[in-house]
Amino acid sequence: MTRLLNTSAFRLAAIYFALFATSVLALLTFIYFSTADFIEAQAEETVDAEIRGLAEQYREHGLAGLVEIIDQRIAAAQRTPSRVDDTLYLITDPLLHKLAGNLETWPEAVERGNGWVSFPVTEEIGGNVETDDARASVIVLPGNFHLLVGRNLRDARLFRMRITDTLGWAALITLALGVAGGLLMTRNMLRKVDAVNRTSTRIIHGDLSQRVPVSGTGDEFDQLAQNLNAMLDQIERLMAGMRQVTDNIAHDLRTPLARLRARLEVTLIEKPDETRYANALRDTINEADRLLGTFNALLSIAEAEAGSRRDGLEVVDLAEIARDVADLYEPVADEAGLGFKFTVGDKVMVRGDRHLLSQAIANLLDNALKYTPAGSVALRVETGGGKARVEVADTGLGVPADRRSAVFDRFVRLEGSRSTPGNGLGLSLVRAVAKLHDGTVWLEDNQPDAAAPGLKVIIELPLAASGAGSEPDRDLTPLLPAPGPALAVTAEPPRDLGEV
Amino acid sequence: MKLLVIEDDREAGAYISKGLSESGYVVDIAAEGRDGLFMASSGNYDALVVDRMLPGMDGLAIIAALRSAEIRVPVLILSALGAVDDRVKGLRAGGDDYLVKPFAFAELLARLEALLRRGSGPPTTTKLRVGELEMDLLARRVQRGGQDIDLLPREFRLLEFLMRHVGQVVTRTMLLENVWDYHFDPQTNVIDVHISRLRQKIDKGFGKPLLHTVRGAGYRLSAE
Repeated sequence: MTRLLNTSAFRLAAIYFALFATSVLALLTFIYFSTADFIEAQAEETVDAEIRGLAEQYREHGLAGLVEIIDQRIAAAQRTPSRVDDTLYLITDPLLHKLAGNLETWPEAVERGNGWVSFPVTEEIGGNVETDDARASVIVLPGNFHLLVGRNLRDARLFRMRITDTLGWAALITLALGVAGGLLMTRNMLRKVDAVNRTSTRIIHGDLSQRVPVSGTGDEFDQLAQNLNAMLDQIERLMAGMRQVTDNIAHDLRTPLARLRARLEVTLIEKPDETRYANALRDTINEADRLLGTFNALLSIAEAEAGSRRDGLEVVDLAEIARDVADLYEPVADEAGLGFKFTVGDKVMVRGDRHLLSQAIANLLDNALKYTPAGSVALRVETGGGKARVEVADTGLGVPADRRSAVFDRFVRLEGSRSTPGNGLGLSLVRAVAKLHDGTVWLEDNQPDAAAPGLKVIIELPLAASGAGSEPDRDLTPLLPAPGPALAVTAEPPRDLGEV
Repeated sequence: MKLLVIEDDREAGAYISKGLSESGYVVDIAAEGRDGLFMASSGNYDALVVDRMLPGMDGLAIIAALRSAEIRVPVLILSALGAVDDRVKGLRAGGDDYLVKPFAFAELLARLEALLRRGSGPPTTTKLRVGELEMDLLARRVQRGGQDIDLLPREFRLLEFLMRHVGQVVTRTMLLENVWDYHFDPQTNVIDVHISRLRQKIDKGFGKPLLHTVRGAGYRLSAE
């Protein structure tokens, strides 16, 4: 309960309740005064009308007629059951002795001005003696006879009482409703906030899978919950990525480190021998170099993924970058006895980082050459569909469809590729580089119907907006070589390389 | 030849100094940035090896101070920061070469020798000559023993780099950086393949091989 009192929701409810209660009370008070005044004014009007009627009677029939009519009126009023006389009459002689009327004595009246007087009257209603205010007008007739016509203000009193009662009840009901409503509202809001808090606490304690419940009403709390959930999803994704990386690093760096350590230890245990020592050291250095290579590759990926170099991107010609990389790898294909085909459009301008793009294409060619036992490797760079497109295709064994997304993950190497040197980071870097350039990368079968389907890796990058000389719509059939000066390098059959 | 190594890590300093001494250099070590600057300011050294991150004074600040004092000694920067931007920053501060830690000692040695020779070589030539191998940089023509050798543009640049560093060990990384301007490590032995192609053209059919493989380090072009 104290917690309830401390919440902002409760404070809000309390303020709301105070405002509401004040308004209700003000309204009722206004009704009270205006209605009571109205009833009194009406009483005076009734008396005025009565006096006018009696005055007429007096003019026509004199005092005797007046007394007669008053007696008649009183008799008529008394015939109405359980009804006290609302209208009061009294006619007296100059010595204020009663001649007729329903008041026994001349009342001790208080002057109210304008010929109005007020005085208390008592009557017996159902055994109770009640005192009420009466309002009356006094007229002195010729001969110093006095006529008093008045009206009992009992109705006004009763009405006031009713209003006061109502006010009291209204105040009570308002209080009850306000408190109950406030509590309910607060509880409701607290429940929603509590849900968020409970979820946060669980997340703080390590359960990142928790999500804030969404009620489905689409209110601000739902929006808050949805935003929080989206944020948590993102965090969880990042965490999972990070965990995967650390797991991978732990596994893929620990294994070679363990091997390295074991080799050194074994060398020490065995009998000292200089040649063996030298060999062990050389092997160790090689192993350390491989580890450093892996480490550098991881750093490159992390750098590309962090996107910190996005500011340094400038408009570069992807065709030229690819040409340089092709130039570097063409002899390698040649030596491996593979055909190498390089097709490139005129100018393929993208906003990019030359070093990272070179490295990505180099990684793809490296993979293609490594995993193609026979046939050819093709590199194609062109514009098509408003995008820059880099394709590296080979005639190797390809990647089964269900493994195509996995091979982009760090350290993932397909069965059967473990015997070839490599760290399983090549495609991870390619994906990170594509992402840094707001591009996409995916895998396809190069020749779907052949026994060796081969692999085609496609990178698509957005063209630079101000690509000088590039005409994005020119080449609508991306499978045909782009018109214009296209360079096609096709390796000749493998030559004898002699002593290498 | 006298070298100054400014390196705060004692073990790394000792490793570099030992290796260089065994290669015939006289080596001084400064373990702190300011000391290093004072020693280098004396102008008694033929080349400096400067670690980028030092206590007392940053490696790049030392180089900048030396350059503003008109001391033109060749400087090789050592750094654990290997990104392209870091490299650019290092060279812009006045460094002559940039080597990322950790490195093979052969790499350090080859780069230092390249730096030391650079100062003494003829500044502008149009013709390079190694034994009977001749390169005309203007006509972009290569001959060996009067016989024309047909080279692709990239092979020409590769040979030019080797000829400019005649007699020196040139590592694969140096070739990749200087001939291709790549600062990443291609996983396959791409450089070896390019060298073997070049060797086909300049050595095959001629008496004495000019292009030698230096085991564990790289290549050397020499007439001896």
